[in-house]
Amino acid sequence: MATTSIALTETPDIRAILALADDALILGHRTGEWTGHAPTLEEELALANIALDLIGQARALYQAAGARTGHSEDELAYLRDPPAFRNALINELPNGDFAFTIARLFFVSVAADQCWRGGFDDPAINDIARMASKETAYHIRHAAEWLIRLGDGTEESHRRARDAVDALWPYTGEIANPRAPWLAAIAPVLARATLRNPTDGWMQSGGRDGRHTEHLGHLLAEMQILPRTFPGATW
Amino acid sequence: MVTHLERAHAAAASVTDPELPPLTIADLGILRDVRLNRGVVEVAIAPTYSGCPAMTEISGAIETAVRAEGFATVRVRTVLTPAWSTDFLTAEAHRKLLDLGIAPPEPGRGPEALFARKSIACPRCRSTDTEQIAAFGSTACKSLHRCLSCREPFEAFKCH
Repeated sequence: MATTSIALTETPDIRAILALADDALILGHRTGEWTGHAPTLEEELALANIALDLIGQARALYQAAGARTGHSEDELAYLRDPPAFRNALINELPNGDFAFTIARLFFVSVAADQCWRGGFDDPAINDIARMASKETAYHIRHAAEWLIRLGDGTEESHRRARDAVDALWPYTGEIANPRAPWLAAIAPVLARATLRNPTDGWMQSGGRDGRHTEHLGHLLAEMQILPRTFPGATW
Repeated sequence: MVTHLERAHAAAASVTDPELPPLTIADLGILRDVRLNRGVVEVAIAPTYSGCPAMTEISGAIETAVRAEGFATVRVRTVLTPAWSTDFLTAEAHRKLLDLGIAPPEPGRGPEALFARKSIACPRCRSTDTEQIAAFGSTACKSLHRCLSCREPFEAFKCH
């Protein structure tokens, strides 16, 4: 690696913006990994579009963070190591099967929607939130409809959807704050999908403090190799 | 007499959307403001979607068009407030979209219940007997439909 990482002085404000930005970037990257692999052409377009929305949101948020830190959006995305990333762990988990991808998109989008609509003290972040919430509404709808089709579909699709919900559940504690409105928003969709609502137990956490799963390092290696190997590369 | 500002504005307003070439950024409501400040042309544009990949190209095209009018320095900035919505589309944009075979957005169409789809009139035969194939089309701002009367597939500009 030819380029050294940036050192950030994080105030609570900057850290909060980076958490939003990193969530969007990392899930955008994961969602983009479906390009070329989606089950149908229409789904390929949908996932690519959703990934673009997320990466666009990340860019706007990095620009806002950059205005406060003096770092460019590219530096913030490409020149930080895993412990400096503030994304929730759920976003960095590998895509798994289609059911896992959809269930995660649903859980994360509902949390994002509640976050965007909660409002921010910072007007620049509020502007981004207003724009992003319109996009998130489409993501929720897309994921919710798929989750219902899968859950209330064939024996196999039901099993895969159920397994995905169960596997993701311990990671939802980090994104659903406060928990009650999030649970209330997802319950009708799970019910319609004939999926049981798991019981809250021990929750995984650490992403916001930079304690990540092994998966984030591999994701960042792929994402960052070009700008780190060829600093300032453009095309 | 045409002022410098009017020339700069006309040049910026003539830039077309790379995804929808017959529509200008003025038609689409992407162009928000053009100012002339001590010889520097300052253009403000609003993105349709956060991830719209056309914004970089549009910024470059604005710079080229305004420079071609003899202005040496052009600054293009992105504004997010008020957030772009399909309400910014002009009547001209609606007409051009129809000509392109793209159903224009229907104002005031709010969020619908899951699986509910309001029938969108076919831009070719005007039948309302249509169905949505996919919520995400060839670009983020369009969805994919098919007409059950004339059997033609078509795109619709998403109400946003």
